[in-house]
Amino acid sequence: MKVPLKGAIDCDLHPAMPSAVALLPYLDEYWRDQLVDRHIDRYPFTLTSYPPNSPLSARPDWRQPTGAPAGDLDAIRRQALEPFGSSIAICNVLHGAVALFNEDMAMALCSAVNDWTAKELLDREPRLRASILVPLHNTELAVAEIERVAKDRRFVQILLFAMNDMLLGRRVYWPIYAAAEKHGLAIGIHAGSTYRHAPMASGWPAHRVEDYIAQSAAFESQLLSFLAEGVFQKFTSLRLVLIESGFTWLPNLLWRTSKGWRGMRPETPWIDRSPAEIIREHVRVTLQPVDAPKGDAKTLMQALEHIGSDRMLLFSTDYPHWQFDGDDVLPDGLPADLVKRILIDNPKETYPRLREGAQIGDNAATQKEAVR
Amino acid sequence: MNIPVRHATAAAKLAIVDCDIHPAFRKPSDLYPFMAARWREHMTTYGEHLRQGLSGQLQWPRMMAAGLRVDTFPEDGPPGSDLELMRRQHLDANGVEYGMLMQLSKGGMEERNLEFAAALSHAINEWQLETFVKPEPRLRAGIVVPQEDAAFAVKEIEHRAADRSFAQIIISPRSSDPLGHRRYWPIFEAAERCNLPIGLHVQGFSGGHASTSSGWPTYYMEEHYAATTGMQNTVTSLVFEGVFERFPKLKVVLIEGGFAWAPALCWRMDKHWERMRSETPHVTRPPSEYIREHVWFTTQPIEEPENPQHLAEVIEWIGWDRLMFSTDYPHWDFDHPQHTFKFAMTDAQKSKVFRDNARALYNLP
Repeated sequence: MKVPLKGAIDCDLHPAMPSAVALLPYLDEYWRDQLVDRHIDRYPFTLTSYPPNSPLSARPDWRQPTGAPAGDLDAIRRQALEPFGSSIAICNVLHGAVALFNEDMAMALCSAVNDWTAKELLDREPRLRASILVPLHNTELAVAEIERVAKDRRFVQILLFAMNDMLLGRRVYWPIYAAAEKHGLAIGIHAGSTYRHAPMASGWPAHRVEDYIAQSAAFESQLLSFLAEGVFQKFTSLRLVLIESGFTWLPNLLWRTSKGWRGMRPETPWIDRSPAEIIREHVRVTLQPVDAPKGDAKTLMQALEHIGSDRMLLFSTDYPHWQFDGDDVLPDGLPADLVKRILIDNPKETYPRLREGAQIGDNAATQKEAVR
Repeated sequence: MNIPVRHATAAAKLAIVDCDIHPAFRKPSDLYPFMAARWREHMTTYGEHLRQGLSGQLQWPRMMAAGLRVDTFPEDGPPGSDLELMRRQHLDANGVEYGMLMQLSKGGMEERNLEFAAALSHAINEWQLETFVKPEPRLRAGIVVPQEDAAFAVKEIEHRAADRSFAQIIISPRSSDPLGHRRYWPIFEAAERCNLPIGLHVQGFSGGHASTSSGWPTYYMEEHYAATTGMQNTVTSLVFEGVFERFPKLKVVLIEGGFAWAPALCWRMDKHWERMRSETPHVTRPPSEYIREHVWFTTQPIEEPENPQHLAEVIEWIGWDRLMFSTDYPHWDFDHPQHTFKFAMTDAQKSKVFRDNARALYNLP
C-alpha cells in the first residue's frame, strides 16, 4: 500500500556514490597525488555486493537515461522523497572505500565521502540526513573520523556492513560504540560484504543471488555477536539498526537465543535478562526488503506478531534498490497505528539526532536552508 | 537438558521414531578391527587432521559435561557407547520404535587426508553395523561418507545401499564448498539412484570456512547458533545451484539445524529469486516449492516462543508432513518426547511428527 500520511522518515536511501575524481577536492595533497599518479581515481569503488546493472541495484523505472540511478538531487526528490511524502531521509552512501586493505587510504576516502555527502547532498537538500562512513578495520581511525564528523548533527548514524573481518560485537570495536553513544549516533549495519570471509559457512556460493540471500544470516550472526559480547550492557543507550536486512527471520532468532540463553547463560553472565527483551529494546530493523509472501497480509501480520514488538520496524524505501514496485512501499494489511509507528515514531525514537528539531548542523548556510 | 527419570514410564506408551541418536565408541581403537593395518598405524601415529587449532577437543567448550547429559555416562566409556544403557534409558523408556544413528566424529567428513577419510568412513560404517544395528534392530545406521571425495563416497554408498540396516547417507553441511556445487553431485546422483535420503547433521568441525561470514564467533552460544545460519546457507546453495532441479527425487533431511527459520528463508529466496531469476534460469520454480518437496527437518532443539502457538503457526507454514521428531540422546539439550511441544497437537499431527513422517521417508517396515 501507499504511504497514507505525510512526514515519513525514510531510514535507508542510497544516493549514487561520487566518482573518485569527484572526491579529489576533498582529499589532501598526498592522497590526491596518490589517486592520480596510481590511476586509482579511474576506478569505480563499487562494492561487489551491488553490481550496478543487477536488477537489485536499481529499479528499472528509477534508472536514468544518463548518469547513475539516484545520481542527482532532482531524481532523489522526484523519485524518493515526494512520492512517499518523506520529511526526512537518511542517506547511506555505499562506497567501496570500506573494502580497501590500506587503512590510511580507507580513512582518507571515507572522510572524503563524508565531506562530499555534507556538501553535495545535505547542504543542498534539508530533508536529507546521512550515515558516517568509517574505516572499520582500524578502530582508532574510525573513532577519529566519528569525532570529526559528529560535530555536524545532520549525521545521525555510523554505517557498518554486514560481512567483515570480524564479528562486530567484539571488544576491539567497542571504542566505536562508545563514540556512538557519546554523540547520540545510532550504529547502522547495512547489507553488504567486504568478502574477507566466505559469505557462507561452507564457502563461496556460485551466484550473486545466493550472496544476497546469505545477507540475512550475516545479520543474524552480527546481532548475536552484539548480544553475546554484552555490547548492550556496556552501552545501555546504544541503538543498533539493521538496514536492508529483511526482518521476518527475527522471530526465530528471538526464540532460539532466549531458549539457548537459559542453558548457556553461565558462559555470558553479563546477559542479565532474556535476549528477546534486550533485542526488542536495542535493535531496530528497516522495512525494505519485506521478505514475506507477496500479497499475503495475513502471513505477514502473523510474522509481525511473532516479533512481538511494534517498536522495531523503521520505514525505508531502500531507494533506488528494487524492492517494491510503484508507490506501494508499505506491505498491505498493516494497521494504521502500526503504520504511523513505522513511518515516524520509531525512527524518531531510534535516532536521537532526529529529535533535535531545526537544530541541524553547525553550517550556517544549511541552517538557513533548513528553516526555509 | 537433563530430564528427571520419573517421566520415563509414561512416555513409553507413545511409539516414536527418534531421528537423532548419537552412538559413541568406548575408545578410538574400537574402530581398529575395521581398518587395514596401514590406517591403524596412521591413526595411532598422526591421528585426525582437521581444520582447527586444538587437537582432540572442541574450540568452544560445551556448557555441561562436554555437551552430554550427566545421567547418560556408563560406568565405562562415554555416553552413547553402552547399548544396554541406551536401551534401558532411552529406547525402552521412551518407546522408541526406530532410532536413527548419527555418528559424527571419525567418519571422515572433516578429515583433510582423503585416503584416511575413506578408511575412516568404511570403518565407522562397519562399526555401526556390528556394534549397534546387528545387536539392536530398532536402530538404523547412516552411511557416513566424506563428501570431499565424491568418487569414494559413491562407491561406499553403492556398497551399503542394499543393506536396510542403513537408512540414509550422512555428509557434512560444513563442506569445503557450498553443498550445491557440482563436485558433490555424484553423491546426490547415487542417493537418488539408491533411494536414500541425504542426512545433514550440524557439525562441530569446519570444512575450511569460518562459521559466520564475519569470521569466528567468540562464545559457544554463538557457535551453537551458527549451526542454523550454516543450514540456511546450505539450503540456499542446493536450491540455487539447481540440485533439486537436476535430481527431482532427491530427499534431504536437516538434522539438529532448527526449522523455524525455514519459512522466512523461503519467503526471502522467493522474493529475490523473482528479482534476479535471469542469473539462475536453471531454477525454474520458486525456491520455496523445492524446499516443500525435497527437505525434511528434525525437531530438536525445539524452539520455544513466548507464545507456544506461534510455533504451531510456523509448522503450518512448513508442512506437518516435513517435520520429524528427534531427541539428540545422549546430548545435554535432549528433547523429551512428552515435553517437546508446548501447544496442543491433533492426533494426526502427533502421529506424523513422532512417527509416520520418518517411517515414510526412511521406508521403515
